[in-house]
Amino acid sequence: MEFIKSNKFNIILIALALVIPFGVYPVFLMKVLCFGLFAAAFNLMLGFVGMLSFGHAAFLATGGYVTGYLMSNADLTPELGILCGTLASAVLGYLFGSLSVKREGIYFAMVTLALSQLLFFFFLQAPFTEGENGLQGIPRGKLFGFIDLNNNLSMYYFVLAVFLLGFWLIYRSVHSPFGQVLKAIRENEPRAISLGYSVRQYKLMAFVLSAALSGLAGSTKALVFQLESLTDAHWQMSGEVVLMTLVGGMGTIFGPLVGAAVVVGIENFFSGGELGTYIHIIMGLIFIICVLAFRNGIVGEFNKFVKNNF
Amino acid sequence: MSEQIILETRNLTKGFKGFTAVDNVNLKIQRGQIHALIGPNGAGKTTVFNLLTKYLTPSSGQILFKGQDITALEASAIAQLGLVRSFQISAVFPRLTVLENVRIALQRKEGNSFQFWKSDKVLERLNPRAEALLADVGLLDFAQATTLDLPYGRKRALELATTLALDPEMLLLDEPTQGMGHEDVAVVAALIKKVSAERTILMVEHNLHVVSQLADRITVLQRGAVLTEGDYATVSADPRVKEAYLGVAADEEVAA
Ligand SMILES: Nc1ncnc2c1ncn2[C@@H]1O[C@H](COP(=O)(O)OP(=O)(O)OP(=O)(O)O)[C@@H](O)[C@H]1O
Ligand SMILES: [Mg+2]
Repeated sequence: MEFIKSNKFNIILIALALVIPFGVYPVFLMKVLCFGLFAAAFNLMLGFVGMLSFGHAAFLATGGYVTGYLMSNADLTPELGILCGTLASAVLGYLFGSLSVKREGIYFAMVTLALSQLLFFFFLQAPFTEGENGLQGIPRGKLFGFIDLNNNLSMYYFVLAVFLLGFWLIYRSVHSPFGQVLKAIRENEPRAISLGYSVRQYKLMAFVLSAALSGLAGSTKALVFQLESLTDAHWQMSGEVVLMTLVGGMGTIFGPLVGAAVVVGIENFFSGGELGTYIHIIMGLIFIICVLAFRNGIVGEFNKFVKNNF
Repeated sequence: MSEQIILETRNLTKGFKGFTAVDNVNLKIQRGQIHALIGPNGAGKTTVFNLLTKYLTPSSGQILFKGQDITALEASAIAQLGLVRSFQISAVFPRLTVLENVRIALQRKEGNSFQFWKSDKVLERLNPRAEALLADVGLLDFAQATTLDLPYGRKRALELATTLALDPEMLLLDEPTQGMGHEDVAVVAALIKKVSAERTILMVEHNLHVVSQLADRITVLQRGAVLTEGDYATVSADPRVKEAYLGVAADEEVAA
């Protein structure tokens, strides 16, 4: 346990992340990193505030569409394109959050779902999203104007850097004065209010952070695949991120990444093959197994095991 | 005169589906006093607290704190004005340590509670103050314990320490000694006496021995309405109060 929390462990992980594209297909890795960041951002709400949003696809897609559109039409450098996508998701997060954080439990989930469905139909109709076709052939551009990202290896290291930045920010937020208040709210909300914390504003802040980081993941993903489509805005995407987080372990730092790797891995393994049509059934089964057998997710169960045995 | 009154309610009323839990209650709490609110189970004492701190919205009536009408304010805003409550059922943060429980209260006035980019190590500078507060309630030895593991009485003591960490002008305590052993009751009573020096306290308390020791003034509630008000001698001599309590045990306590 000590080891896992130590800097050495992190350094080993990062070293691994640096060499792994020489053994594993970089596009697959980038997909895992993007979804890992998305799930980690989502987990900020579910695991650390205790609120289940069922509309996070909205932020993934907004980041992707804004970045995709600007990269295709405004000739921005990729870092600026991603920044714009992230900011757009943050603004949208503020809007959605203002309307939803008043609600609790299932009502919060329903309001977020309704808002994201609204956005889905907007994206379906709006001219700049190219409807069912989506934005295709989004240019990756040159990072800071001179590093060509069309090379998958360069792109991988860029995505890794974005991921680490996002991940670090989540870790920092959880272990900050702000994170301490979130913990208190999750533990006992009426008591936090009685101590004078305007709980709603803290929840809104967490929601905006979560939305912005989801947007960061979506923006980056749009550049990786050079594609942004309605799949990202669909409610199934909101469900998938719940699945990733629960499989990996909600409320843990690494759980969402592990969950994303498992889900993306399984999808890749079955897609294309004969079993491709059964992918939703397979995912459903995994979900059921997880809920019944590993309540704490992979990382959660692992932590428990280490704690009990060492 | 009105300067002396820190908290006032005017015709405070709360109905739940046709049944009136708090009925036209007019309270005037003098600054600096310990004011007790007593009455049989279900009399509406906790509901009054919930109304005062906006955990429930009054059906009608007005609440004034330091001359300001706070009837429409949000719960957290009322706490920020300096009117802070504790809960009848011990309210702690179970999976934080004992020290962190107190520190979260101290943190609010630090103005860093939205800073998500800073390490929570900055909170460590609050530790000495948190430890001093814990020492006051006899919990210093448990500072690093997880709150979940504390016995009930100690959780109540921790809740009191957390409330005091806000240094509020006025405290609302809902049965602070409930569920405590004899010794702890004495410790908490002494602590309430001590902290009352600089502030006003309104407390609900079933232990009439504690009430007789601490309260400058007592209001008796019955079925949501004020039955009588006065000092301990006046109130305990009132036959209607004995009748309201009915139970033999309560009668004995009044006599004690
Ligand atoms: N949210 C609510 N909805 C409906 N009825 C309520 C609600 N809260 C309290 N009541 C009712 O109002 C009455 C007063 O309750 P309250 O909790 O204020 O009593 P109390 O004087 O604090 O009693 P105790 O000494 O047992 O703590 C009770 O009959 C209770 O059932
Ligand atoms: Mg009560």
